[in-house]
Formats: sequence, structure tokens, C-alpha cells
Amino acid sequence: MNSYEARFKVWRGDVDGGGLEDFRVEVNDGEVVLDIIHRLQATQAPDLAVRWNCKAGKCGSCSAEINGRPRLLCMTRMSVFDREETITVTPLRAFPVIRDLVTDVGFNYTKARQVPAFVPPAGVGPGEYRMNQEDVDRSQEFRKCIECFLCQDTCHVVRDHEENKPAFAGPRFLMRVAELDMHPLDAADESGLDRKRTAQDEHGLGYCNITKCCTEVCPEGIKITDNALIPLKERAADRKYDPLVWLGDKIRRRS
Amino acid sequence: MSVVDRQEWDVVVVGAGGAGLRAAIEARERGARTAVICKSLFGKAHTVMAEGGIAAAMGNVNSGDNWQVHFRDTMRGGKFLNQWRMAELHAQEAPQRVWELETWGALFDRTKDGRISQRNFGGHEYPRLAHVGDRTGLELIRTLQQKIVALQQEDFRETGDYESRLKVFQECTVTRVLKDGEKASGVFGYERETGRFFVLEAPAVVIATGGIGKSFKVTSNSWEYTGDGHALALLAGAPLLNMEFVQFHPTGMVWPPSVKGILVTESVRGDGGVLRNSEGKRFMFDYVPDVFKEKYAQSEDEADRWYDDPDHNRRPPELLPRDEVARAINAEVKAGRGSPHGGVFLDVSTRMPAEVIKRRLPSMYHQFKELADVDITAEPMEVGPTCHYVMGGIAVDSDSAAARGVPGLFAAGEVAGGMHGSNRLGGNSLSDLLVFGRRAGWHAAEYASGTGAGRPRVDDAQVDTAAAEALRPFSAEGGEQADGPPENPYTLHQELQQTMNDLVGIIRREHEMEQALQKLAELRARARRAGVEGHRQFNPGWHLALDLRNMLLVSECVARAALERTESRGGHTREDHATMDRAWRNVNLLCALTDPTGGLAATDAVRGQITLTRETTEPVRPDLLALFEKDELVKYLAEEELYE
Repeated sequence: MNSYEARFKVWRGDVDGGGLEDFRVEVNDGEVVLDIIHRLQATQAPDLAVRWNCKAGKCGSCSAEINGRPRLLCMTRMSVFDREETITVTPLRAFPVIRDLVTDVGFNYTKARQVPAFVPPAGVGPGEYRMNQEDVDRSQEFRKCIECFLCQDTCHVVRDHEENKPAFAGPRFLMRVAELDMHPLDAADESGLDRKRTAQDEHGLGYCNITKCCTEVCPEGIKITDNALIPLKERAADRKYDPLVWLGDKIRRRS
Repeated sequence: MSVVDRQEWDVVVVGAGGAGLRAAIEARERGARTAVICKSLFGKAHTVMAEGGIAAAMGNVNSGDNWQVHFRDTMRGGKFLNQWRMAELHAQEAPQRVWELETWGALFDRTKDGRISQRNFGGHEYPRLAHVGDRTGLELIRTLQQKIVALQQEDFRETGDYESRLKVFQECTVTRVLKDGEKASGVFGYERETGRFFVLEAPAVVIATGGIGKSFKVTSNSWEYTGDGHALALLAGAPLLNMEFVQFHPTGMVWPPSVKGILVTESVRGDGGVLRNSEGKRFMFDYVPDVFKEKYAQSEDEADRWYDDPDHNRRPPELLPRDEVARAINAEVKAGRGSPHGGVFLDVSTRMPAEVIKRRLPSMYHQFKELADVDITAEPMEVGPTCHYVMGGIAVDSDSAAARGVPGLFAAGEVAGGMHGSNRLGGNSLSDLLVFGRRAGWHAAEYASGTGAGRPRVDDAQVDTAAAEALRPFSAEGGEQADGPPENPYTLHQELQQTMNDLVGIIRREHEMEQALQKLAELRARARRAGVEGHRQFNPGWHLALDLRNMLLVSECVARAALERTESRGGHTREDHATMDRAWRNVNLLCALTDPTGGLAATDAVRGQITLTRETTEPVRPDLLALFEKDELVKYLAEEELYE
């Protein structure tokens, strides 16, 4: 077993404040940052608060910032860091701290409630749904989302702009609108609900200026900007009058 | 005593995985004001880990499938120990439960004609698993979560309050079911974030807390799986059924050490992956047991032809039920034919093109690439058995999911026993959650509405006792009895996991289980001194100290029942009783608390906290037995059962 001692700085504190605490801790072959946090709990800081569940990148619980970058603790291998490097772990910046690495992600649950649910088509009973694979592919990509909220954390519209939160659903929930809008059997239109309009008017799609930060941090590799947000913008607005759509088209054609 | 926040609800559901959410949806739709309590954030439950699919005989891919075939497969998989009425209801209702998910917005993978696609899985005669790539559990949990939100939106429109009829209390832990006489009267718990205690008063309580895997060292289960619901039921006076049956999934990751145990989906084999030993041999052909001889291919050629022509060829032995495959891998490793890190090889790279692997098994590709630096499209995976699922659980009525012995208590999902007999088939878990989650919610709502003005009362003394029990870890240091130094809960947990893994694991021996019971008694005494630092706000050390009570109780159930059952069947393998014994076919083992007054200090290892009783199962209904050939039944059933 190839082990070494790593230097860590972990933010500890609560709503009243806190700071980085230094640790020296053993690291073994193949370990991820979450393993190290667990070792700190077991040996040095039993009350160090961290959220985690599956430890396999499937539940999206252990989101935090490692050296300033939003990441899943369970999917960040220690081998990506230099052994000499001090690794800094801090809570998600866009959400209020509860304790140590745990933040209040209630913002996301509030936004989730504001997106109207799937509208089942009238007259199509259970077992009668027929959809082609190529027609569900697009929405399926968005349903890969594990709700780690890293995209919500990194998005500059809210990251340092608390004042934008009420009007902006964030990439995760704009993508949810896109997912429902692209669902082949969603009957929102028939029920008088224009999802494209609501994306613009109620969920703040216009705030997004497609810098693709959300796509960069997505641990599921979902192309949030290209596949969800830009198409939603295209559907939502009259292309001629939205310079961002025009710009988005340019950027996509180049890549 | 501490002032405790109290609220009144009609139905309280403990657990927000597939079973809990489905129960809550049903209860709310039937008019009950329903509260859901979960240890994690809403939508993070262990159900998200399910990969392969939901078993339901829709017959979309092979029209020969129907509920009778599914029932037969389930009984075979469970080696006929299943509570047959549950297996019947499950097979009959699973398709409806899957189709209903589509009306709530689920998007399954499709067949060419636009219906829900179904894939092959171990023990299932036909392609039966509705799936979304290898992330079916995520689709299930998200769909149920979004359905809950949809119901809350409805309530908001009517009442102006999203949570007027259905509320999720996330990051809360229940430590006691409260009772009024014999009946359930609510639950006591704490908020993880603040450490504050609360009581939800309710005539009906549904337990849907999942499994017990965190009592074992190598497991595919998350931290939540500490057997909470099993322990809550025991402490409330409801017995547990057949706790000796623990499923070791044959394919967990074995390297690197930090990911040891993480699941490698059975879909890898369902879609064509094969198992090889260090000599490159497909060893599963050597491990087809007699009861399955006629159903599985004898040669690699026949097995390979089956994927394209299942009507004229028999299935590959890699698709035997999980208990068989796990034992086979164990035997190969023991015989010195294992892989470098103590597993065997699971290979898809030579079986299908890279792009097909990436499309059909995206999470597996990602998981191995990210965590083990292995490209599964180019090289084989190394895999070995991992503790995955407990077949044993709360003894319930098949139709209503009501727990035995405690009116108002219900249980569904992994925490309930009986459905899967001695071994669960892959894919039958997600369908179980939906079928019995719905039934539990339905009957809990009905029971609650029947109590009317006669709602049970919450006893203040029980609340005070529960609060004192929960606070105990803070006063453990320098406690009143100086019978030893304070203990680190993390250390105790590690010792427990090692004990269960080594002594009550996949292959069991009498003297080892006796040793395990001794060790559990010692740990139980030391756990009384488990102390924590810091305060009550989001304190994982404290949470673990409280969870230890549950893991110790459940581990004793497993060890004691495993020691008692002197045969090998499904998820219970005895080296000293290596064969299945027909005389045990109709025997259930029930675990109950020895001292129901709550004397948890019992440190006598011989007696312990758990008392076992044997019970003869109800004979299988004749029309269900008639679905099997007599030749097959003689392998399972005792003489007198056959000729009744």
C-alpha cells in the first residue's frame, strides 16, 4: 500500500462564522477526497459535518468546493492532486452555511416546486404511452441529473448575487423546464401552459448568458447550456430580437 | 424534561426511498394528511443506487411473459421460502405500477414500437426489466419525488400551502415508534441539522427505511442503511422474519480499497458480460446447481446463441440467481483462481463494441473510469461479492403490509420481510417498492381514517425516555458507572462491520457465529459508553452513536437466525450444513425482543436481546403450486407438502 501524509485545510464553522482548519492526514492508494474527510471524522474531528450518501457519484449529496472548484467529494480522486499540494475543502459558496461543509440547499427545493409538473395527455391511459427512443433521448439526457446542485452553485447569476435568487431558477431548474418542454407526450400546451414563456417570464431564463460554467462542473456530463438552455432560449424568444440566441448559435456552430 | 415540538398527522412514513414515497403518494391521494421523514435530503435515498431495472411482466419484448411466469421465477429465486401471497400480488401488480410511473413523467428506454423496453436479468425467464440505461433507480426516485411535488402544487392551489396535506421532513432521524397500549401512536425523532427533538403524532406509521448493509464491512449500501426500521419495529414489539437471509451481490468493485463493495450492475451480465477466472475460463458452467440444470446452457456456444435466439437455446449460467453466482465467485477465489485484487474478471470488452457499452452501461463506464482507472470497453473489470440486500425484515400481512403485533404499524420495501424468500432476484426490488409501498400507503390511510375521534394518545413518559436515550452519548464521558473508558463510535462501528463481515458473511460456520454473538455482546456493552464531542447541531459522531443501537440489534438477529437454520438456502450458506433441506422449506424464523420493557443493557451473550421462535409457513395455494411441474416441486417441497 502506497500511503503518504497530505495537508488539508477544511472550512469549519457555522452561520455565525468560521475559518479554515489545518489537518495532516493519511492518504492511501485509490482514495477520493470523501475518504479523507471520513478519516478526519474517525480520527481527528468526530463532529466534522459533511453530507454524503452513495459514495459512487449517483446521489449528488457530497457537493463541496475543492480548491475553489465545485465538485463531488466522492468522485474527486486524491491522485489528481500533487502530493505536496495543500488541499482546501470549503462548503458550496452560493448557499448559506449550516455547519462545516453542510449548506442549506433549500433554495433548490423552493425552485423545484415552482416548475409546473408533467401534464399527462388526456385520453392516454397507463400502458398506452408510445414514444420513440429518438424522441425521448433529449429529455433523458436531462433526467440523468443527480441534483448535486453544483451548477446552481457555480452559476454566476446567483453565486455572488443573492438579489437575483428570487427571479432566477438556476440551470438545474431551467433544464427541468426544457426537459418537460421536450417530453413527447407532455400536454402542457393543451392545458394552457406555455412552458417556453414561463421559462422566460417566471424562471429567469433571460439572466443566463450562456457562459457554460454549469456544463463545466456537471459531474454527469450533461450539456446543460448547449442542449437545454440555448434551445429553450430559441423556443422562448423570437430569434431576431435576442442577441444571446444569435451569439449562442455562433458559438455552437464553431464547436 | 426537554420541550418537544409536536405535530398531528394521519399517516407518518419513515423513509423516503421508493417504498416510502410511493406509500406517501397513495396515502395522500386517499385523503390522509401525510408526513414523510427521511435521514437525507429529499431525493437522495438509497433507491437512486438501483441500476438494472424494474421487473414487471409487461411482455413488451417477449410476449410469452405474464404474471404467472414472473411468480414462478420469483419463487424459484427465493427457493420457495417466499411469502407466496406477496410474490403473487407482486407479479400481478408490477406492470400497473410501472405504467403509472409513465403517467407521472418517467421516461424509460423504448422498444422499436415505442413501448417500454425490457432487459434480461438473472433468474428471469424473459426480458422483463424496464430500465433507463443503468440508472433506473434514479429515474424511479426522481419520478416519485416529482409526483410528490405535483401533489404539493395541487394542494398549494387549493389551500395556499404546499405542505398542507403532504410534507417531507428531510434530514430527520426517527429513533422510536411511540405507542398507546398495543397501538402505534406516532414517532419520536430529531432534526439532524439542529439536533432538536420532535414528535409526530399519528395513528398510522409506515416503516420504509430500507436495509442493514452498513453492519457489514464490504457493502454496496450507503450510510443510511443502519437497520433503523428493523430496530424500530423490534423495539415497538413487532417481530422480524427470516433475518438470516442476506444477499451478497456477486459483483461489487474490489479495487481500489476505498471503493470496495460499490455495485457493478447485473445488467453487465444481462447484456452479455461474462465471468472469467485467472485462467481465462468461464467458470459459471461448473456451478449450475441441480434445481436449475434444465434451464441453463451447458456450453459457451449455446449460451452465446441465447442472446439472439432465446426460444431455442438456454440462458448463460452467468445469469443464475445472485446467491449462486456469489458463491461460485467465492469458491474460485478460494481455489486460487482469482484476479490480482481478490475477485474474478467480469468482461464486456470482448463481447460488444465500445460504443454499445457506453450507451447501455454509461454509469459503469464512468464509475470504473473515474474511480479505478479502468476502461471497461478495453479491459475486464475485477469484481467480487458485496453485501447488498436483506431478504429478512418486518413480518407483515401480505395484502395490507400491516406489521404483526402492532396495530397501526405498516412496513414496505426492503425493511419488510417475506416477499423474496431466501434470495431476491435482481429487478424485483424496485417493483416490490412500488407494489407494497402503494399497499402500505393505502391500508395505512384506511386504518387512520377508521380511528376517527379515537386517535391514539402520545404518552409523555415515552417521549421523555426517548429524549433521554437520544441524549445519552453526550453524557457518556465520565458517566455514572465507571465500567470503562468512553468509546469512539467510529471505532465501534468498524469493529461491528469487521465482525459481521468475517463471522456472519457469505459462507457461515457454527463456531464463527457463536464467536460473533460473543463479540456483539461485548460491543453492546461498549456501545453504552459511546461518547461524542461537540454539540447537537449536525453532529455525525452523535448520529452514528445512536445508529449503533440499531445495527447491534439487527446484527444479533442475523447472527442468531443464521446459527439456528442448519441448512443452506439462498442468501444463507452454511459450510457445516451445505445442502438445502426440504424440512426447512416451510420454517420461518421470527426474531423478537427478549425484554420488551427495553432493557437494552443485556450483556449476556448466550441470551442476548433477541429471542427466536420457529413458525410453520402457510401451505402454498394449490392453484399457484399447479403453475409448476411436479418434477420441479419435489426438489423443494417435503413429501407431505406435495400430497396435500
